[in-house]
Amino acid sequence: MSVAWVQDLGAIALGFVSDLGRFGGFTAHLARVTFAPPLRLRAFVDEVYKLGVLSIIIITVCGLAVGMVLGLQGYNTLARFGATNSLGAVVGLSLIRELGPVLTALLATGRAGSATAAEIGTMVATEQLDGLRMMSVDPVHYVVMPRTYAMIVVMPLLSAMFIVMGLFGGYLVGAGLMGVDGGAYLSSIESSIDFYDDVLGSLLKALVFGVLVGLIATYRGYTSAPTSAGVSASTTSTVVVGSVTILLVDYVITALWGV
Amino acid sequence: MAFGRRPVFQDLSCRFPRSRVSVILGGSGSGKSTMLRLIGGLVGPTGGRILVDGDDVAAMSERELFQVRRKLGMMFQGGALLDSLSVYDNLALPLREQGELSEAEIADEVHDRIRAVGLDDVDALLPGQLSGGMVKRVALARAIIRRPVILLVDEPFSGLDPISTRRIETLLVDVNRRSGITMLIVSHDVPSTMRMADWITLLLPHRAVEGEPHALATSGESDVREFLGATQGAA
Repeated sequence: MSVAWVQDLGAIALGFVSDLGRFGGFTAHLARVTFAPPLRLRAFVDEVYKLGVLSIIIITVCGLAVGMVLGLQGYNTLARFGATNSLGAVVGLSLIRELGPVLTALLATGRAGSATAAEIGTMVATEQLDGLRMMSVDPVHYVVMPRTYAMIVVMPLLSAMFIVMGLFGGYLVGAGLMGVDGGAYLSSIESSIDFYDDVLGSLLKALVFGVLVGLIATYRGYTSAPTSAGVSASTTSTVVVGSVTILLVDYVITALWGV
Repeated sequence: MAFGRRPVFQDLSCRFPRSRVSVILGGSGSGKSTMLRLIGGLVGPTGGRILVDGDDVAAMSERELFQVRRKLGMMFQGGALLDSLSVYDNLALPLREQGELSEAEIADEVHDRIRAVGLDDVDALLPGQLSGGMVKRVALARAIIRRPVILLVDEPFSGLDPISTRRIETLLVDVNRRSGITMLIVSHDVPSTMRMADWITLLLPHRAVEGEPHALATSGESDVREFLGATQGAA
């Protein structure tokens, strides 16, 4: 009986565990150099601009669109029960607790995460990181650190923007198109949303996603093979692994802490 | 030294004279660039020692290597300039990271090196705006900006026309003569090698042969003469 498939399965499992170990080492290295001088504030601000400011358009447009769809779907469902005045609560809770942080993280992974992985991967392929090493500059400190921490900082901010645009989108459809009372929409949001449980929990979830996306994108770029195919693979891997990780971690956070 | 199951070197032993220009010659895949990367600590050997000015880099951690690399400069084949930084900032980077000089002193050092490699008015240019020869010269300027003891140069003439090749060759020899830097140059260009090398390490299948250029060119070993003569004739 052929056992080649067992060997293949074992090799995949070993490869996964090995990669996880390298990822842990990479994260530990980053943590170790975080407060080593120089602090690289200028580079950090530049990355906040690239990852955050340049993502504003996609986040606002998608937030608006998602809010409008939620408003439409929510209205159609609530209308069956004569509860259309609760539209604000439905849209708000959906966005704040789940859709805001999760969809923002998925969009950020696709746009900013893949760009980060590609940029660092290209630096590997053109020996720029080796050049830094030969100048006694730690590439993790110089290249990885500003990008990772910028992602951690911008994710909650982008998530908040997504949510605000979504609430506005829901208002446009609900109050503007479907005839829901605007005041009822806003007051149902206010009465159903708890700041500590819902809003802070949402921001914390976004922060966790920022950490994951930042680490995954920089790790994939840093460990990419020094070829164009390697850079392409690391970019794809960032999006796939990042997206799956976000969804799985979202379930864990929601199940354990009800956030 | 091996990559996976593919051996690159086995039982290799060689030395490079201090303050001289040594050229590492060999065919494609002989391990010339790998040898430079071993000396710089960018890759680790599977066994043995690599002594760089008395320090065994094969036994060092990455943090320890950062200290040793202060004595080294490396000019990469493709330049390895940071493409998001201007020429000025690329050259200033190692000095800024060292943190020992003021910005005014850094500016003096940067402009001095830019002039030394025969360039002018390139401060604001990005690497993508430079010609191949200019990239090589900027890379050389960056490699020597910290006044290293040992300079590692990987294929400095690759992709260059004959005039640019001679220019880089003259520059390298000039840097060595003026500052006494120990220079290790990887090349497959035999004519340039014969002109500028004080010492040659020739990587042949299963062994390495070392010596002064004239001695190797008139060597009693036929494969050595064949490599130097045949490649020179083809060039």
